[in-house]
Amino acid sequence: MANKVFHVMYDDDQKLLHAAEKLVAQGLRVKEVFSPFPIHGLDPVIGVKRTRLAICSFLYATTGTILSILGTWYFMVSDWDWNIGGKPNFTWIENAPAFVPVMFEFSVFCGAHGMALTYLLRNGTLPGMPATNPDPRTTDDKFVMEINTEDNHQSAQEIESMIRATDVFELSIKDY
Amino acid sequence: MAQDKLHFQVPAKTKTWSMAFMAIGAVAAIAGWLFDKTEHHQYWWANLLICAFFFFAISIGAMFFYAVQYAAEVAWTAQLKRIFEAMFAYVPVGIGIVILVLLAGQFHVHHLYHWMDPEVVNPDSPSYDAIIANKMPFLSSWFFWLRVIMYAATFIIFGRLFRKWSLMEDENPSVDLHLKQYRRGALFLVFFAVFSSTIAWDWLMSIDTHWYSTMYGWYIFSGMWVTCMIFATLFLLWLKQKGYYSKVNDSHIHDMGKWVFAVSMLWSYLWFCQYMLIWYSDIPEEVTYFKERYDHYMTGMWAIFACNFAIPFYVLIARDAKRNVKFLWRVGVIIFITHFLDLYMAVIPGTVHGHLEWGLGEHGHHITFAWWFEIGMFLGFLGLFIMVVTNALSKARLIPVNHPYLNESENHHI
Repeated sequence: MANKVFHVMYDDDQKLLHAAEKLVAQGLRVKEVFSPFPIHGLDPVIGVKRTRLAICSFLYATTGTILSILGTWYFMVSDWDWNIGGKPNFTWIENAPAFVPVMFEFSVFCGAHGMALTYLLRNGTLPGMPATNPDPRTTDDKFVMEINTEDNHQSAQEIESMIRATDVFELSIKDY
Repeated sequence: MAQDKLHFQVPAKTKTWSMAFMAIGAVAAIAGWLFDKTEHHQYWWANLLICAFFFFAISIGAMFFYAVQYAAEVAWTAQLKRIFEAMFAYVPVGIGIVILVLLAGQFHVHHLYHWMDPEVVNPDSPSYDAIIANKMPFLSSWFFWLRVIMYAATFIIFGRLFRKWSLMEDENPSVDLHLKQYRRGALFLVFFAVFSSTIAWDWLMSIDTHWYSTMYGWYIFSGMWVTCMIFATLFLLWLKQKGYYSKVNDSHIHDMGKWVFAVSMLWSYLWFCQYMLIWYSDIPEEVTYFKERYDHYMTGMWAIFACNFAIPFYVLIARDAKRNVKFLWRVGVIIFITHFLDLYMAVIPGTVHGHLEWGLGEHGHHITFAWWFEIGMFLGFLGLFIMVVTNALSKARLIPVNHPYLNESENHHI
């Protein structure tokens, strides 16, 4: 059976949220939602699992901490023991308080850049990548919900009538 | 669903326990006085100052947080505002005990505050100290006591007004009253911004009279704020366990956990910045404070910093941990105690100097560290604080009725 894709457009995020709640309650599976901003409370409704980005950020920041410890040890102690203001410079640990700001900043640097890259890769929004949203208006003030026939056991007519019962702004149906 | 309990009643067990703690405190205070062989009972007074300041700081921390909630128009805490009102009900008691310690110093009963001795600033005296004499414009007794009166008046008056308006709002719905609280909350923050620092200079930093640090005020302030947030969180969890606050959900608990986490990081940041800058510049007049602690309390100092920074950081960083009651209880109790020890570390080295030793028995000129006395004093003040706070909480409706943000607070979801 050919796959039919319904792109249901709403002109308000709350309308979309209520429609999603209603459709999910009727047994439909919502594949994806395109929105110009995060919609509060939508994730549990359409069954999006909790993000693991926080774990990534922790790992990136820890990498930064470790790299900066290695870096300060190599540059400031091992390769050439820098004498700055008579601070103890023979071992890393004796001079550690002076390295804490660098460790902190480098952890933040790695955490932030790692997160930005992960975000762009995961969303497919690196510069030059083709857009995946079905309608350019979802980057402005419209909200689109995507529902497929292949995810649902209901027929295309049944799905369409369920969708029509919600507060739809525009509906486009495509065959793939 | 069960009817929400609107009025808090102090459980008989809590009354008994707080009385028992106070009795332990009284016994410890008397026994400690007899045991303490230091000159002028310096050790005894130093411990009284620590306990008095610690719990007073929690109560003004609560008043600060309460004012922030109004000034920033925060909605989610609307349900919880009586907890903070109850906590700052301790302000008059707390400042009373602190003033008692200061008065004893002024009349030379003890010498916690070295500069209170007039001989030190008398140029003809053999014990003349030029550095302290230079600080006399600020520390002269009339100006010092004027400040003490200003602190007491500000905190007591604002506390009474906040409470009065809050109870008035229960009787008659009025947005004007809320806006009044909003403006007065902002005004209080202006006073608090200055007084939180000057209190720390006057009552704690001046113990190490030769030393000064511009970060010290914020360091003490962040410590008082984090202990206040811990106490409020644990108090809320306890009340929820007793069946109150049925409309306080996971998100409120999560946000309280975030406050404990965030302010712990603020404290760690300030502690470390102060230490690192002093360590790096290595100027004699600045290092005296850490020299004293390095020589006699090095392990304790670092252990306290590690506990107050690492435990909340690694345990409370995860979202699930902040929503987990067991985690919050354990972390909360641990860092509540280690923040007390942090204040201990700020007061004791400058008041009893290097003469304190660990263990029991006499050691020549040294006094012994009387753990039973210090724990007893802490428990005594804890009992007093809990008694005052629970009493104040039972005096009014637990959840305000006409707060404009009440509905938003009940539907708080993150």
